[in-house]
Amino acid sequence: MPQAVIVDYEAGNLKSVQRACHEVGLDAEIVADPERVATAERVIFPGVGAAGSAMRSITRRGMDDALRQAFARGTPILGICLGLQISLDHSEESDTDTLGLMAGEVCRFALDDPALKVPHMGWNEVRPVRAHPVLEGIEPGDEFYFVHAYYPKPRDEACVYAVAEYERPFACAVGMGNYFATQFHPEKSGRVGLRLIQRFAEWNGTC
Amino acid sequence: MLSKRLIACLDVRDGKLAKSVKFVDTKDIGDPVEKAREYYADGLDELVFYDITASSDRRNIMLDVVERVAEQVFIPLSVGGGVRTVADATDLRLAGAEKINVNSAAVQRPEIISECAEAIGNQNVVLSMDIRRVEPSTALPSGYEIVINGGRKPMGIDALWWAEEGERLGAGELVVNSIDADGTRDGYEINLTRRISEAVRIPVIASGGAGKPEHLKEVLIEGRADAALVASMVHYGDYRVSELKRYLDHEGVKMRMSW
Repeated sequence: MPQAVIVDYEAGNLKSVQRACHEVGLDAEIVADPERVATAERVIFPGVGAAGSAMRSITRRGMDDALRQAFARGTPILGICLGLQISLDHSEESDTDTLGLMAGEVCRFALDDPALKVPHMGWNEVRPVRAHPVLEGIEPGDEFYFVHAYYPKPRDEACVYAVAEYERPFACAVGMGNYFATQFHPEKSGRVGLRLIQRFAEWNGTC
Repeated sequence: MLSKRLIACLDVRDGKLAKSVKFVDTKDIGDPVEKAREYYADGLDELVFYDITASSDRRNIMLDVVERVAEQVFIPLSVGGGVRTVADATDLRLAGAEKINVNSAAVQRPEIISECAEAIGNQNVVLSMDIRRVEPSTALPSGYEIVINGGRKPMGIDALWWAEEGERLGAGELVVNSIDADGTRDGYEINLTRRISEAVRIPVIASGGAGKPEHLKEVLIEGRADAALVASMVHYGDYRVSELKRYLDHEGVKMRMSW
């Protein structure tokens, strides 16, 4: 059975991620010890909440270095939602400097249509723009569950693997080498979300 | 493009499914975990559990229901009913609820909204409002009043004002529940839903009165709701979740159609 650790840094409901992993046969353990994250077979880096407090919590726990080490070792890493956002360099949310695993920034939705709500909350179509093993099997019309007010903007266009549309297209799945991350919540996205987690469980970290 | 959501609400009393009609005479109609699984398999977008258990010492039963559902149902799960403290909210979150609904407690002590937002994130705090129609007055200029305790106690608070206040205090979403329409199956309160949806920037869930598929279309288009909540319509087998979604999709309402 493949194994993973779920990074615990007081940011959100990790148990729902864990339950989804178990459902697809990925043995995932919620882990607060940075040493175990640094040396894990696979890492899941979820999170909901605010970028500023999340970064403080990560740094205090020594998880920032642990994640950088795991990334450098070639460990397959799956970021989810805030886990994606704080992997970039900087977030507009409370003007926060973040981990910088991938070059880019996180911006707040600035929408022209006043009828569009923020947060962007609900199901939206995820359209792959580049092949990636973790996204394999997504069909046109497949929707995933989103809830966020900020969206990622990687500096290198080639890091964008899928987009979704909210007035304009925005990056909703990004990746670089052994790191892959989604703005949506695969653990709350029904069958298609579970399949994505399963693909991650099988992924060797290359693309 | 973001889809509109179809949400099913399951009222739970002592761990069993119940459905209220005009908030009186509730009767049990089955096992909530079974129903949740059935709707999930049939394409439901989100689930709400409303705990109407009278005595607070039986609340652990609800945590158990939430836990069992969260193990099998991989869509957003929202829980409300009797949430009075941040500890209530975090207990339910640990059991597997994504979002927490606050209602009466927030009317009596509005800070609970900010406290929950701080503890579990704005996007996970849903302000649920029970609203009845009244003659417009100086105190209630919109002609809609907030009521609590299952619709029994009028509060003299204007519903439109409360919706905006809830957003300001940090709610991530609103449930607009019309007491007048609830259980009638005559359709949602379109005017109320639309006025609130246009007044706030956060998503609005329309609740109360759904009886026919046309009612859902009406509230999602004319009522400007982001999501429609159904209960008895699907609980008694009159309509299937997938059937409602297919109808809405056919009528041009953007829905999630693959699951």
